[in-house]
Amino acid sequence: MVPTNYLIILSAVLFLIGVAGVLVRRNVLVVYMSIELMLNAANLAFAAFASAFGALDGQIAVFFVMTVAAAEVAVGLAILVTIFRTRQSVDVDSLHQLKG
Amino acid sequence: MTFSDFTTLLPETVLVVWASVLLLLDAFILKARKGWTALLAAAGLAVALGFALAQGSGLGSAFGGMVVSDGFATFMEALAAASGVVGILLAYDYLKRLEIARGEYYILLLFSVAGAMLMAKAADLMVMFLALELLSIPLYVLSAFARKREDGEEAALKYFLLGAFAAAFLVYGIAMTYGATGSTTIAAIAAAVSAGSANMLLLALGGGLLLVGLGFKIAAVPFHMWTPDVYQGAPSSVTGFMAVSAKVGGMAALLRVLVLAFPQLGGQLTPIVWAIALLTMLVGNLAALAQKNIKRMLAYSSIAHVGYMLVAVVAFADAKLAPAAVAAVLFYLLAYAVTNFGAWAVVIALERAEGKGLEIADYAGLGRRHPWLALAMTVFMLSFGGFPPTVGFVGKFYLFRVAVEGGFIGLAVVGVLASVVSVYYYMRVVTTMYMKEGEPEARGDGWLNLSVGAAAIVTVVLGVVVAPAFQWALQAVLRL
Repeated sequence: MVPTNYLIILSAVLFLIGVAGVLVRRNVLVVYMSIELMLNAANLAFAAFASAFGALDGQIAVFFVMTVAAAEVAVGLAILVTIFRTRQSVDVDSLHQLKG
Repeated sequence: MTFSDFTTLLPETVLVVWASVLLLLDAFILKARKGWTALLAAAGLAVALGFALAQGSGLGSAFGGMVVSDGFATFMEALAAASGVVGILLAYDYLKRLEIARGEYYILLLFSVAGAMLMAKAADLMVMFLALELLSIPLYVLSAFARKREDGEEAALKYFLLGAFAAAFLVYGIAMTYGATGSTTIAAIAAAVSAGSANMLLLALGGGLLLVGLGFKIAAVPFHMWTPDVYQGAPSSVTGFMAVSAKVGGMAALLRVLVLAFPQLGGQLTPIVWAIALLTMLVGNLAALAQKNIKRMLAYSSIAHVGYMLVAVVAFADAKLAPAAVAAVLFYLLAYAVTNFGAWAVVIALERAEGKGLEIADYAGLGRRHPWLALAMTVFMLSFGGFPPTVGFVGKFYLFRVAVEGGFIGLAVVGVLASVVSVYYYMRVVTTMYMKEGEPEARGDGWLNLSVGAAAIVTVVLGVVVAPAFQWALQAVLRL
């Protein structure tokens, strides 16, 4: 069996890759993919802890997180599509109308 | 699972069921008659508010300790439901003016209020996360409600991306807390910590990440970057509602988590909360000084008000002071909600087509053209600035008193100085209204005028007759 420590370190690395992706990438879709990576890193941590504790509640948490992520993506992509219709671009840098 | 589990969640259940039914009913309501949807939604909120108040100081915990109904939850739920009603009042005429009068607006608002209410009740971090998403996802949609308007779409996307980013931090924080203590229930976390069986490194990491996630939601510096853009770009009626409901939900969760789950982490988290409170007050007030757009100015001012609330939150780890800190934050949330709704109602009354009428310069001459509106706006600005005899003064007094009693005198002094700075930009609105010449046009909608008038009266009355409301806040103690 893989030691829990390794799994948690892997999940932390995935989470940090996700954070870096959100901060660095300019395409909104890729930014959202990075956020999904962060959520899935949390899922991995939940599952790893649950198997270490021999408990079920961590695994159930994974289901909740996946469901919420699906709900979020539905709304997020809808917003993205409306933006693409008006601006023909999904680049974060094209969103600069609001400032001051 | 017993029957009492469901009665504990009755206000939220009523709202969610009613919103779902309304989604169906709305299909049969003619496009020109969406006022009925608004009315039915407000009725649902009133019923939920009644059930929440009827629970009083609470029925205890339900669903295996995952939700808890206590005086704290009742106070927050009443505030959330009332803010939903005002949100509907502000929106009704405004949506018609923007030609986006669709029924879904009110239904999404109901779901969002249900999320805020559930957040006040959540005694389990997973329930808190679900409630946070129930609060946030409808708000993302509402921000984009005036679609085809580019600034609205931009605001929605920014809100969505940063909200989802924050939620990911929150979930990872929950996972770390779970790893540290073996449970996500607040009572079990507290028990594991005091028994010494928790992994303190993971717990501190989890606490810090939770703080980041909730800090985004309540717009605390340095997690505030989205706030001015979103508040400016979203339709004004949405902003007015979101400025209250999202902060009520976020503050409820923050207080419950910090006071009940992490009092043992005081050593690690208190300096962080201290720094966040300081930065939030300074950045919010200093950035507001430079704003010309009233929506943006109110956005930075809302950041500053979160900073004032965090001044009291700093005392969370002190078991003796925590109840007073919670009461002070609750009272300030009430004060902020009333004043904020009044100010946004005035902004909505003066907003014209294509986003005109939103510069502070557009308020010139309001004192002569619409004396009552100008008087009400003056009351709100005085309350935001913390002048007696308004509720804003009393609220700040309680917050800073907690900080002084907790030994955070430096923070209280910074808070007072920051309020002095804030007087400059609040008074600029007042002087523009009375001292400058101009021909502003205000929309004379009955519901809007009612909200402005009621908010102005409550702002002054609560500032004079403080005792009943503060007593209510004092009784709203958290329980495990």
